[in-house]
Amino acid sequence: MGFLRKKYWQRRHLMEAFMKLVMRVSLVIVTGSLGLILWIVIVRGLPALSWDMVTKIPEGGYYMGKGGGILNAILGSLYLAAGGTLLAMIFSVPIAMYLKTYLGDSKWGNYVRLSLDVLWGIPSIVYGAFGFTLMIALGLRASLLAGIIVLGLIELPIMTRAMDEVIRRMPVDLEHAALALGSTKFEVALRVVTRQMLPGITTAILLGFGRGIGDAASVLFTAGYTDRIPTSLMRPTASLPLAVFFQLGSPYPEVQQRGYAAALILTIIVLAVSLGSRWLSARLNKYTVK
Amino acid sequence: MSQSNQISKSQPIKKTEGRPNRPSVAAHRISLDQTVRKSFLVITLLPLFLIIIVTIALVIRSWPILVAYPIKDLLLGNIWRPDKGLFGFFPYIIATFWVTIVGVLLATPLCIFVSIYLSEYAHSFTRMVAKPILDLLAAIPPVVYGVWGLVAIVPFVDKVLAPLSDRWLSSVTIFKVNQPTGFSILSAGIVLAVMIAPLIISVMYEIFSTVSNDLRHAALAVGATQWQTIRSVVLPQVAPGIIAAIVLGASRALGETIAVLMVVGNVPKTPTSIFDAAYPLPALIANNYGDMMSIPLYDSALLAAALVLLIVILIFNILSMLVIQRMLRQKWAS
Repeated sequence: MGFLRKKYWQRRHLMEAFMKLVMRVSLVIVTGSLGLILWIVIVRGLPALSWDMVTKIPEGGYYMGKGGGILNAILGSLYLAAGGTLLAMIFSVPIAMYLKTYLGDSKWGNYVRLSLDVLWGIPSIVYGAFGFTLMIALGLRASLLAGIIVLGLIELPIMTRAMDEVIRRMPVDLEHAALALGSTKFEVALRVVTRQMLPGITTAILLGFGRGIGDAASVLFTAGYTDRIPTSLMRPTASLPLAVFFQLGSPYPEVQQRGYAAALILTIIVLAVSLGSRWLSARLNKYTVK
Repeated sequence: MSQSNQISKSQPIKKTEGRPNRPSVAAHRISLDQTVRKSFLVITLLPLFLIIIVTIALVIRSWPILVAYPIKDLLLGNIWRPDKGLFGFFPYIIATFWVTIVGVLLATPLCIFVSIYLSEYAHSFTRMVAKPILDLLAAIPPVVYGVWGLVAIVPFVDKVLAPLSDRWLSSVTIFKVNQPTGFSILSAGIVLAVMIAPLIISVMYEIFSTVSNDLRHAALAVGATQWQTIRSVVLPQVAPGIIAAIVLGASRALGETIAVLMVVGNVPKTPTSIFDAAYPLPALIANNYGDMMSIPLYDSALLAAALVLLIVILIFNILSMLVIQRMLRQKWAS
């Protein structure tokens, strides 16, 4: 019955209640938009989703509404994202290790972190334009390889920062204990830091993969689009985001429907990856020293 | 740092008294450490160089057009006819800023409220539920946001917001409905607001957690309500961080391509109202990549557009990141 007491009708208490309401509404709007997006994608995508969509490549006249599927785009996207993630891994693991063991929270460490954050902020269209420039300089054509390189560049800062954030929380005592026993810094990195970093690495891989598979603006320039499944690194390849984009631009309703279905497939993959990373990192976190 | 320096400086390992050491093993381990250290250093400097390389590559490729036309004509020119040799970026630049500003204006209050709620009020259970949802929101690919915008937001703007605005706000220029299709700056702004919200919220949340609890307790102890505490104690402390988070969000919005491209209408005209269609820079680049090789200077012009975008984003990003890093470091230190 507190509400009936006079004190609660003071302006500041009304303000408190009002602001709380505003905040709750804001939270509902932001989180609700996820539900709205998923709902729209499911409602539009599910009717057009069929077994053919995920098991067949486009047949003749596909873009006029005839049979076929988007296996080319699904596989192409998986190749692109997996390749990009692998490429980014090769560089991001050493960087994260170096940041932890050699630089720490020093001035240079923070410069490197800043540069990673800035790289993270560069939009994929600029990476795409850069990749295109690179392709011309190297004499490459739009191909799986070019797409992988650009996605690797995009994923590099994301993955490194994800690992760095996890490994930063490692207790210094662990490092000191190893150093006190006479191990070199590299041995610390290899034997101690790597193990502590494992949840960070898995999270980073899945995070990078999720970002890579959903990126459209960069592969538009570099990977091209084709109806075939790529057989070599030098061939162009289709990708899911572009499959969505191109099919929605079609005047045929059947093709547009398939665009929605492709969006649903992409969303399912991305959400599965995102939830998977959450689950996996929670599991692996059990085995680290805190 | 200091320990590694000592190891590296004492290279020829001196024999200590009494105890014979095993130079072969130690030297091997130390030299391995040094090799790894040097090679990792090179890799670590890669991100720093990458920013420079990307910028330089774009400058080199857009050089022909920067030389052929005065920069003022490029940035302030109104007409874009590559086939006639006219490259005026002005409508595109203005459109980019309009879309970004609308998106940021819509996102800012929401993000501030949500992050205050999550950091100050929310039950730990609410937090536990809200965080993964925000993560998922951040993970959704731009093209799916575009689909959402196309299916839900464009009709919503067309059928609901435009008539409302037409009825009540038509005297104000920026709310005037000139072309009723729904493909508009406002649609793009709404989509962008939802896209950048998770990032802004997570940064703001981190920033809020840098305020020490003693300050909050002091204010609460003298009888302030929680909102009074937040307004007069917490917010002044974190104001720079909040602004930096918003600028960071703006830099993301500036470069967003596919989602905006799908809902903004792509009409190369300087917009006057938020219900006008527009044609932002990223959309310009993405839409014309295919046929840009056939017309002289066209590819150079598009890469110049990418360069303009990159420079603005770099400035926004670096400034906001410096502020955020400084604020968060205070937390690490304390």
